[in-house]
Amino acid sequence: MEIIDVQNEIIEEFSLFEDWMQRYEYMIELGKSIDLIDSSHKIDSNLIKGCQSKLWLHAELNENKLIFKADSEAIITKGIAAVLLRVFSNQTPKSILEANIEFIDKIGLKEHLSPTRANGLLSMIKQIKYYALAFNKN
Amino acid sequence: MAFNVNKIREDFPILKRKVNGYPLVYFDNAATSQKPKQVINSIVNYYENYNSNIHRGVHSISQEATDAYEGARKKIQKHFNVKNSNEIILTSGTTHSINLVANGFTELLNNDDEILISELEHHSNIVPCQMMAEKNGVKIKVIPLTSNGELNYDSFLDLLSKKTKLVFVNHVSNALGTINPIKSIISKAHDYGAAVLIDGAQASSHIKTDLQELDVDFYTTSAHKLCGPTGIGMLFGKKEWLNKIPPYQGGGEMISEVTFEKTTYAELPHKFEAGTPNIVGAIGFGVALDYLNHIGFDDIESYESELLSYATTKLKEIPELKIYGEAKNKTSVISFNVGELHSYDIGTILDKFGIAVRTGQHCAQPVMDYFGISGTVRASFSFYNTKEEIDYFCKSLERAIAMLS
Repeated sequence: MEIIDVQNEIIEEFSLFEDWMQRYEYMIELGKSIDLIDSSHKIDSNLIKGCQSKLWLHAELNENKLIFKADSEAIITKGIAAVLLRVFSNQTPKSILEANIEFIDKIGLKEHLSPTRANGLLSMIKQIKYYALAFNKN
Repeated sequence: MAFNVNKIREDFPILKRKVNGYPLVYFDNAATSQKPKQVINSIVNYYENYNSNIHRGVHSISQEATDAYEGARKKIQKHFNVKNSNEIILTSGTTHSINLVANGFTELLNNDDEILISELEHHSNIVPCQMMAEKNGVKIKVIPLTSNGELNYDSFLDLLSKKTKLVFVNHVSNALGTINPIKSIISKAHDYGAAVLIDGAQASSHIKTDLQELDVDFYTTSAHKLCGPTGIGMLFGKKEWLNKIPPYQGGGEMISEVTFEKTTYAELPHKFEAGTPNIVGAIGFGVALDYLNHIGFDDIESYESELLSYATTKLKEIPELKIYGEAKNKTSVISFNVGELHSYDIGTILDKFGIAVRTGQHCAQPVMDYFGISGTVRASFSFYNTKEEIDYFCKSLERAIAMLS
């Protein structure tokens, strides 16, 4: 699926939530249920900086698609990471570089985009883009 | 004047606002305090009526501004019972004040000397010492914590020696609320000829301190912690010390070269006040002290103590909730975690309910390391918080825990 289609799918799903509580309950469910990363990848070099809770991001290229895995100590951060991975993982580096992140605002999580928020979301997106840049060169 | 929290709350415009549709419950007072309209009005009044630079200008409003600025210094002097107002340096806050002192001692100390700091310190107390040690090789020794969040006083006594030249300790811990036994620490340190700097940032909004009685060498605080504006604080220093240490910043009439000839510098306090100061900040600082003294610190202390005890009891009813730092003497701060839940998650959901708490390491990583945790949720109360707010907080916390479990 193209990134834009995944984003639209997510926007539609989130539009069904009536209030912040339902949105966050969903994020928490995502965060709790998805075991996203192998413990061997939970190393310091995979840590995203600027986070109040530890957030690890691991990237691997597989047949020209970038596969991302992530994990965090905080459930909500994990939930947000899960949403991001649904959008950006298993996509080509080129399409990741060209993608925008407006969908985050559309699903009511814009507050997590502020650079002052201590959840590393912005840093994680930046890191995803850096990986895409690096793998795109090859 | 009888203490009436509802009447007091009317003085604070921000307490009327809503967050995410819920009334704001502000429990992040250790980070910064809210401001009463008396302080806010004094700032507006300054800019509307007599804003002027204060270097003894010939014109009238310059004189008015100067009088107000120096008047604020006198208010601070009186509040802390300091003998000479020129021992009160107006700074941009506690961090600036501590850096000023650490910088001052850089050339006075060397690698034969030792300084003691505590495991409870805020980074603003630790980092300047480390920076100083990089320059002059002074040895830093750390007074350890005990499991109830107090300083290990016996260890402190063991660490003190003829080599000790400086002791840096906070009056109250920002992470845990522990009130340290600073009077005895100061007295013992003096027995060894060491100077003591007490970081009073977290104390001054809760406790009225008599600096002469304390006999402390340096004491710092920030106005924004005690209902005053940001960007202004004070450093008290005994005259003998302030005359000994070199200035921190050059500018204005200051020279750029640092020597130890007294006559080269401006007199106290101006030696340490280069450039145009935060004039309106100082005025607001003074008004904040007036406001608090009008309510009375006895009433403030006893009410906050009630809030602390009420909240502690209620929180302890929540399963798997652990409070860090249960010293016998505490200010109204509660740092806690719930089971394995990360403090960030709890803080995020509480915010959705309009509740402001702080989460994380609170700029006190050594404290977090001591307890082996990545951070805590910190609720810090002030004299304008209420028991009803605490009830709402506990209910919301239970809902947050249910969502996250």
